[in-house]
Amino acid sequence: MVNSMRQWWRQGEPWIWLNAAAVAVCVLMILGLLMLISARGMSHFWPRPVLQVEYQQRDGSRVHFLGEVADREKVPAQILRDNGEAVPEEVLQVERLLLKTGNRKLTGKDFHWLLEPRIERVDMPRDAMVVERHEWGNFYGFLLDILQDGQRQHLQGTALLEALKAKVKLAQALYAQIKHIEKVEIGGINYEMERLRLKKRRHELDGDLTPELLQQLDEERKALNARYTELEKARNVLLEKSTHDALLFRTSDGREVTIPTRAVVRYFQPNAMDFGQKIHHYLAKLWEFVSDEPREANTEGGIFPAIFGTVIMVIIMSILVTPFGVIAAVYLREYAHQGLLVRIIRIAVNNLAGVPSIVYGVFGLGFFVYAIGGSIDQLFFPEALPAPTFGTGGLLWASLTLALLTLPVVIVSTEEGLSRIPKAIREGSLALGATKAETLWRTVLPMASPAMMTGMILSVARAAGEVAPLMLVGVVKLAPTLPLDGNAPFLHLDRKFMHLGFHIYDVGFQSPNVEAARPLVYATAFLLVVVIVALNLLAIYIRNRLRERYRSLEQH
Amino acid sequence: MESSTAQATPQHNSQPGAAMEARNLRLFYGEKQALNGINLQLLDKKVTAFIGPSGCGKSTLLRCFNRMNDLVDNCRIEGEILLEGTDIYAPGVDVSELRRRVGMVFQKPNPFPKSIYENVAYGLRLQGINKRRVLDETVEWALKGAALWDEVKDRLNDSAFGLSGGQQQRLVIARAIAVKPQVLLLDEPASALDPISTLKIEELIAELKEEFTIAIVTHNMQQAARVSDYTAFMYMGDLVEYGETSLIFTNPVQKKTEDYITGRYG
Repeated sequence: MVNSMRQWWRQGEPWIWLNAAAVAVCVLMILGLLMLISARGMSHFWPRPVLQVEYQQRDGSRVHFLGEVADREKVPAQILRDNGEAVPEEVLQVERLLLKTGNRKLTGKDFHWLLEPRIERVDMPRDAMVVERHEWGNFYGFLLDILQDGQRQHLQGTALLEALKAKVKLAQALYAQIKHIEKVEIGGINYEMERLRLKKRRHELDGDLTPELLQQLDEERKALNARYTELEKARNVLLEKSTHDALLFRTSDGREVTIPTRAVVRYFQPNAMDFGQKIHHYLAKLWEFVSDEPREANTEGGIFPAIFGTVIMVIIMSILVTPFGVIAAVYLREYAHQGLLVRIIRIAVNNLAGVPSIVYGVFGLGFFVYAIGGSIDQLFFPEALPAPTFGTGGLLWASLTLALLTLPVVIVSTEEGLSRIPKAIREGSLALGATKAETLWRTVLPMASPAMMTGMILSVARAAGEVAPLMLVGVVKLAPTLPLDGNAPFLHLDRKFMHLGFHIYDVGFQSPNVEAARPLVYATAFLLVVVIVALNLLAIYIRNRLRERYRSLEQH
Repeated sequence: MESSTAQATPQHNSQPGAAMEARNLRLFYGEKQALNGINLQLLDKKVTAFIGPSGCGKSTLLRCFNRMNDLVDNCRIEGEILLEGTDIYAPGVDVSELRRRVGMVFQKPNPFPKSIYENVAYGLRLQGINKRRVLDETVEWALKGAALWDEVKDRLNDSAFGLSGGQQQRLVIARAIAVKPQVLLLDEPASALDPISTLKIEELIAELKEEFTIAIVTHNMQQAARVSDYTAFMYMGDLVEYGETSLIFTNPVQKKTEDYITGRYG
């Protein structure tokens, strides 16, 4: 027995078990985290039943609430007693539930905490309707009628719902048209106008603003103004069209409320939905979340600009960091004399990876934004001053800062790759009359490219999840325009942008409506993980294709 | 010194010209001397074999002929090696050009991670030859010269790693002859191969000497006897004996040579 125990030790069995246990714990933690954020985040879009609750208030009066259950929790009875609630002595805990009642415009509150014992009656009226609006959050109520130019149409039942569908569809089409005119066309004109203004200012500064030039600029501006007036007129016609229809609702406390159809984003009657309709609703909400712009201080709508900003920043970062890292690694490994200096540099590079990321943010702000960006503004964009162009945080500076942050990763893994190329391959190339540079370019670097890609994968993973430095160098809570659009030069590196990581921080901790935002934090976190995984998978796919081509390392 | 007894030119009757000639070549790794004044000629369109026990300097000597030792840190060379009358160690010599004229094949096959075609075309592309017709012709010529054409002509665009070890070694030889060097240095080219592949390489060497001057390092004395016209026996950095292969193997002058080829040591 003792012998077999000793045998067991000697064969290293305990260490194998220990390692396996450590791996298992890691995997469980990662899976647990992913399951938590996906379950909490993704369930947010599922239509939940709307409850009508009859509730006894502390003074004994009855009120009605209409809404969906957002949360449930148990509170110690003592706390309630301290607040003056009458709770029987033998009760230790009281359950309370958080009801999302919406109707912020009417009551000033989106959420109500209800104590379980005081709930008198709960039912699920089939005709309860939820209306998502462009402003003021959700509305919960019962549809009474449709108003046309203020006149009730006296519709009932299915006729009413049919009419509602048609009216909302019309209003949404108009809304989309108006938005297109405002954002794309008028936005484009504004962009052109600004360019003209800057051009004029530039010539003023240069002192070569001739009367002909001035006249030409004036004419261009007049043309733009004329187009603007036309567009405005078209928009106003559409706006006027969209004011005719309104919906008449009754709230749970009996008030009548009118909501214009153009304020409606989506309406649904969750209690009357069957499973297929719920799935349809869920997918529509999910699509809105990934493809639409945020509304209501980021607590409603989608997060497309944040996804877009994250992805484009990571791509620009990769484009910047890979050549720099590779060139540095090639010099360090292939050309530099392997002496004390190179060793010191290598240690310094490795330690750079351990510097807190916020330090990079401060450096980026001081060096890139103020020093370099400020100088660029002085030299190339004096006409816009004192408004900064590059002298403020922007996409370029954020990408550069993160490139700096991830540079060590690329250098280290490229060096690793270079050192693994067999000497025989280099000698074979040199023996055919290639110079060192030709050997590097034609053989060594292609063979080291999978290692470079590995470095890039690691840097992408690190950069996509980084938030702290970005807050200093160009990420904002809400960017009015994407960094990529239809106005020349299309990619606007000076623009501020949105980022998923910062979005999580902003929605979760800076939002005026924390209760409403919490599920979105989970959903956004889940999406960030998905984006990082997708970027990584792309890079891994490219690397594996390269590996296929240069498999010699495994052969020798 | 032993080297003083070694003949600078082998004994033979009708003397062909020397393609390369080492004159009093000494090589140092730091303080340690690895070659002690070697005098030797590689005769034109002949196969010269370097034999000797491990560590005697035969590979080092071979690598001197195309300056591959330049890549080794703190390696110093004195004396001269002449190629068509010019010293290849003289200042101002273009090393790449030298290596193009003096090709080399290594112990282990080292094809590049490219297609068979591109492996052979590598040296030509380095010279800026990119015309498809010229490349096609030269690749075919080189692969035929290396007795590989029939085996690979239908899969020229496949990866060179798909070939067997022996085929890879012949591919590497094709790659070396594609740039039409004057001299071909073979550093134990068959030591990593099976007997059948070895035989093929040996047959190939016999064919190649029609066009190229060949120097081959080998551990295998039977191989040296089979493929070479001249044999140089080296021991501890000295060239002990150099002569026609038939003479060296049947009637060596030096006691050391005799001991080695009869298997007393080595």
